[in-house]
Amino acid sequence: MTQILNVNEITLRFGGVTAINNVSFHVNEGELFSIIGPNGAGKTSIFNTLSQVYRPQEGDIVWKGKSIMGERPDRVAEMGIARTFQNIELFANMTVVDNLLTGRHVRMQGSWLTDALWFGPAKKREMENRRKVEDIVDFLEIEQFRKHPVAMLPYGIQKRVELGRALSMDPELLLLDEPVAGMNQEETEDMARFILDIRRELGIAMILVEHDMGLVMDIADRIMVLDFGQKIAEGLPEDVQKHPDVIAAYLGGELTN
Amino acid sequence: MFRRPNLYTSYEAENQIFPTWTQRGLAALAIIILLLMPFDVPVISQIPIVRFLGDSNWLRPVATMFIILVGALGFNLLAGVAGQVSLGHAFFMGAGAYTAAFLGGEGTDAVYGLGLPIWIWLPGAGVGAALVGMIIAPVAVKLRGLYLAIVTLGLVFIGIHMGNTSWGKKFAGDPGLGRSFPTFDIRLWKEEEPLLLMDDDSKWLWFEVSDSQKTYFFTLVIAIIALLVAKNLARSKTGRALQAIRDRDIAAEVMGVSEFRYKLIAFAVSSFFAGVSGAMFASLAGKLPAIQWNLFLSVEFVAIILIGGAGTVAGTVMGTVFVILLPLMIEELTIWLSEQIDQGGLFSPVANFLLTEGPDDFGPISIATQTPGWPLNVFDWNIALYGLLIIVFLIFEPLGLYGIWISIRNYWKGWPFSY
Repeated sequence: MTQILNVNEITLRFGGVTAINNVSFHVNEGELFSIIGPNGAGKTSIFNTLSQVYRPQEGDIVWKGKSIMGERPDRVAEMGIARTFQNIELFANMTVVDNLLTGRHVRMQGSWLTDALWFGPAKKREMENRRKVEDIVDFLEIEQFRKHPVAMLPYGIQKRVELGRALSMDPELLLLDEPVAGMNQEETEDMARFILDIRRELGIAMILVEHDMGLVMDIADRIMVLDFGQKIAEGLPEDVQKHPDVIAAYLGGELTN
Repeated sequence: MFRRPNLYTSYEAENQIFPTWTQRGLAALAIIILLLMPFDVPVISQIPIVRFLGDSNWLRPVATMFIILVGALGFNLLAGVAGQVSLGHAFFMGAGAYTAAFLGGEGTDAVYGLGLPIWIWLPGAGVGAALVGMIIAPVAVKLRGLYLAIVTLGLVFIGIHMGNTSWGKKFAGDPGLGRSFPTFDIRLWKEEEPLLLMDDDSKWLWFEVSDSQKTYFFTLVIAIIALLVAKNLARSKTGRALQAIRDRDIAAEVMGVSEFRYKLIAFAVSSFFAGVSGAMFASLAGKLPAIQWNLFLSVEFVAIILIGGAGTVAGTVMGTVFVILLPLMIEELTIWLSEQIDQGGLFSPVANFLLTEGPDDFGPISIATQTPGWPLNVFDWNIALYGLLIIVFLIFEPLGLYGIWISIRNYWKGWPFSY
């Protein structure tokens, strides 16, 4: 299996706080890799370094053989890394279709000058991309919400729209930050089904950060466990579950000193 | 009611400027009114309040409205669509006006002026203002919301001050009187025979057209071009990117929208519109001092998009029509009311109640032009209403006139059901 993402010994500090401490991992092609850990372990910080919103002080992030350290977030998006957010970060005043079309932004050529003319390339581009967006609307079963402003939609649907916005970027790696947080049983199952469908039908590699252990253990291929910014375990779900450090991190262990 | 609703059958149909037949009908009506407005139409000139439609004295204010509309569309793109609150729009208009004056104005010992024709100075005014806007754009990447508003507010004062410096006077002319601006005359090159003179009466095809009618049509054409460009930007990739930055700037960047690039585009395009608008505004006025590009002008644009509905092209049009024509409507109403009293017409009791003509009258509107204190005259009423309307719209209808139109539309869409 080819490794598409290699994270080598990254360290991220905010003043005196070390949010990520010397963490390394890799993601294989088409793999569902999961990062878990207690609150404040640095899971979301890892996502923010991957999309270069935060710049780690040490280490290297290699995406498909090329370092992305120091690239702008929008360039990283263009290279094929898409993400969703823990707290929904949709464009609240735009409709569902417009949100998804904004996801297509990186795949749309042309400048504002052709847009100002509309007739010709801009119109053609809009129609082509609208068709692609419709595929995602079908895939995520949000047909009836197409024209709704997203701020008016229920939470579970907003989460789904956010997944759709990331998918419409045609990514090769999808970062999912707590996709089922705050959802009920039925919504969680729906979301799990979509995640599995994305892996099977679209073959997109994913990194999943999630607190719902049942979900993570069921669907993840490999799991990395973080605690206080440090990697404490990595491996198959059943191995990680039995790891003493992981049990200590979640349930509290013996005091060692 | 007895057939299926009209459904869109293609993405293209959905993305048209006027996607529904109601909208097309209204647009056609608007075009007919706009085309007939400069000419005396027998029936309309009898209807009170709108009788100005056939009156040539009204063409100038309406032409001013078209010019302000161009600037308002630019302001809407920046503040409404991209969410960058700016109070510096007057500064960008001024920048455009003085670029135009430099390129197209007549040079004398006191002021610069190259005397180039309109097809250079009008786009040049836009480009000059756009360049200034692009210098300001990086500030908007650093500062947001109120802080950006204060920085752009500073620009207005810097602009007025620059107009009063010794080298600024070379562009802006005398601080009290201002300088003369180029006219709309269309000619190929500096001293060539003009293709179209704006300040005389001539004949087009079968029509006799006066100077004000020509100016009206010229500004109308520019306004329609500006409308098309604004609408096209709003419905395509650029518009969505700008909205994305307005709603969630960090998420927009992670989605691949470069914040810097699109703020630069927003400021450049918005200032281009402002520059063209400023140049035409100055040209129509003939002579303007630098103090004219002041905070009040900037606030007028804020009022237009707040009253019309921020972020929508249709709302900007409604806002401009409302803000610019409302004072004129009120004046017209007052004149009509006083006529009613004089003629003893049907509405004379209403007129008596509203107007104060003599010292012992008690109506709220005074017809004298110079009256300190109560009752207010028409001009004071206009200023008071202007402020009041901004407050009322912000509290009761944040979506502005556009929001009112949407609720009316939705009511009739669902009729006879409530939703």
